Amino acid sequence: MATTTTIVPSAGPVAGSRSFLSRLREGDEIARMITFLFAASVVLVTVLLVFELWQGSVLARHKFGFSFFRTSVWDPIFEQFGALPFIYGTLVTATVSLLIAVPLGIGAAIFLAELAPARVSDTLEFFIDLLAAVPSVIYGVLGVFIVVPLMRQYVQPALKHSLGFLPLFQGPAYGVGFLTAGIVLAIMVIPYIISVSREVLLSVPRDQREAALSLGATRWESTWKVVVPFARAGIFGSIFLALARALGETMAVTMVIGNTPVVSTSLLSPGYSIAAVIANEFTEATGELHTQSLIELGLVLFILTFILNGFARLLIVTTSRRGSGMGNV
Amino acid sequence: MKRIAGMLLVVLAVAGVLWADNALSITGAGATFPYPMYSKWFDEYHKKNANLEINYQSIGSGGGIKQVTEGTVDFGATDGPMNDDQLKAYQDKHGFGILHFPTVLGADVPAYNIPGVTAELNFTQDAIAGIFLGKITKWNDPAISGPNKGVHLPENDIVVVHRSEGSGTTYIWTDYLSKVSEEWKTKVGKGASVNWPVGLGAKGNESVAGTIKNTPNSFGYVELIYAIQNNMPYGRVRNSSGAFVKADLASVTAAAAGAAKNMPDDFRVSITDAPGKTAYPISSFTWLLVPAKFSDATKRDAIKGFVKWMLADGQNYTEALSYAKLPKEVVAKELKALNNVQ
Repeated sequence: MATTTTIVPSAGPVAGSRSFLSRLREGDEIARMITFLFAASVVLVTVLLVFELWQGSVLARHKFGFSFFRTSVWDPIFEQFGALPFIYGTLVTATVSLLIAVPLGIGAAIFLAELAPARVSDTLEFFIDLLAAVPSVIYGVLGVFIVVPLMRQYVQPALKHSLGFLPLFQGPAYGVGFLTAGIVLAIMVIPYIISVSREVLLSVPRDQREAALSLGATRWESTWKVVVPFARAGIFGSIFLALARALGETMAVTMVIGNTPVVSTSLLSPGYSIAAVIANEFTEATGELHTQSLIELGLVLFILTFILNGFARLLIVTTSRRGSGMGNV
Repeated sequence: MKRIAGMLLVVLAVAGVLWADNALSITGAGATFPYPMYSKWFDEYHKKNANLEINYQSIGSGGGIKQVTEGTVDFGATDGPMNDDQLKAYQDKHGFGILHFPTVLGADVPAYNIPGVTAELNFTQDAIAGIFLGKITKWNDPAISGPNKGVHLPENDIVVVHRSEGSGTTYIWTDYLSKVSEEWKTKVGKGASVNWPVGLGAKGNESVAGTIKNTPNSFGYVELIYAIQNNMPYGRVRNSSGAFVKADLASVTAAAAGAAKNMPDDFRVSITDAPGKTAYPISSFTWLLVPAKFSDATKRDAIKGFVKWMLADGQNYTEALSYAKLPKEVVAKELKALNNVQ
């Protein structure tokens, strides 16, 4: 980030010593204050959000303490609440979705940016942007009517048959579950990864490519060894955007995850996620402790996102030192 | 030309203000289950009383209770009656009570999808509770096949499907299970959302129905209206007199008739597992929640007027939408109770 208060040199020697009043009259100060207010409001909203979540969950925090994170009973009638299955489900579905979406998305972005003719690339980009704008409930419907039956009839039996010795693929094939939710999420986040990564790859300077080619590199070598590493930070950015969406996705996940608060090593098992349980139970939560536990789950999701974002920043900082451009992306 | 347009605009604006000033707007919030009925009623009532508009948000019973307690809406609506704590909370906050007014009746039905079975199955209380407790896991369990002689039930695992979000439908279902199974009562209990011993959660009646339709060997519950409108197959349930009864408007009203004779003065009554040979056992009232006192007399009169109309003419619209009518005794009792709204 450059310094925000730059003085335009052409304004002459007086510029530096202009009084506050004259700057106010010329509008610079007003513009500065207004934009500062806008920027500050973002921080304010974040602080307010945390404060509200913290305040709103005071009863639940006092009653359950840290056991909230360890226990997996969620019983609105007998007022026992534990967040473990929801945290687990959120992390597992997000991980599965990224495992699928990252290679696919980046591969597609490389093709569109480096290898495809410009017309093909631009046309496809239009469709990808369209996909990114589709409301998530549509993906949920798609999941319920297409992905779930396919999973139940073909994919899950096949997985059980071939890889059933792994604890990952055991139990009955319901169709819904962690794996299905992960796949639907992957379909949802791929457009983000492609779209952002493609832009980043396209903005890699021509010189970089030409230099690699002139040293005798093949087209692929120049792409894989020069262009992609150069754009690394931006590509990571696209992945974290995708991760953020996967963590917070509600509608599509709740429609295909099975909504059962269990911790299971099997990806075929039904599960639950934080965002889904909040959306499902908040309106009908009549007990005070129930409502507060849901708010605490919101706080947990916030912290989770915060930690993962921190990791993302760290990863970008540490990797962009080694010969990568656009460390600021 | 411009001038005329401008003047027209002014006239329209003034008329709009006058119009808005004249029209009384009442807001309510709550149960989703009777929403189709309520929106029809409010619409019909608005046609008769052009300057009264009733806005209803179907945000769920829990939300309805919360909002009416907070005082952000004029009335609430719920599928499960308010409990004593909630009534006390209301009394403490406002200094006066809140009254329940039954509006229509609904029911939950057990729906299933067993490949090769087209017959209408009979379910005993023990079978339904056993399946939902996870104790009966196969379709050919004697508890299920016993009352279904002649139907070939496969030895497949039962996939239980329930609602994932808090809902009045779930309240009725778990209220029923709590009455017919001691184990359910102590282990799980009744409520809009509970800690399910087994099963998959699906969001909304549509999703439960879709999951049952798509999942072989599944078993779940949906609202009667929903099953009727979508031609879903559903089973008969054994009532407290030992008869297997299919849910329809007549058998649901029959369940209310038994309770109507012993209706408590506050109308907070559960009619699941109701007595009577023809009574369908998984039925329930749904209620409007009306404050006992209004500071605004016009609002009070408007709401009372609506409830009166709803109990008389309004009841004629119910069956077209597959809701069961209130029994006459209940209507008479409600008209009397309406005098307590001041």
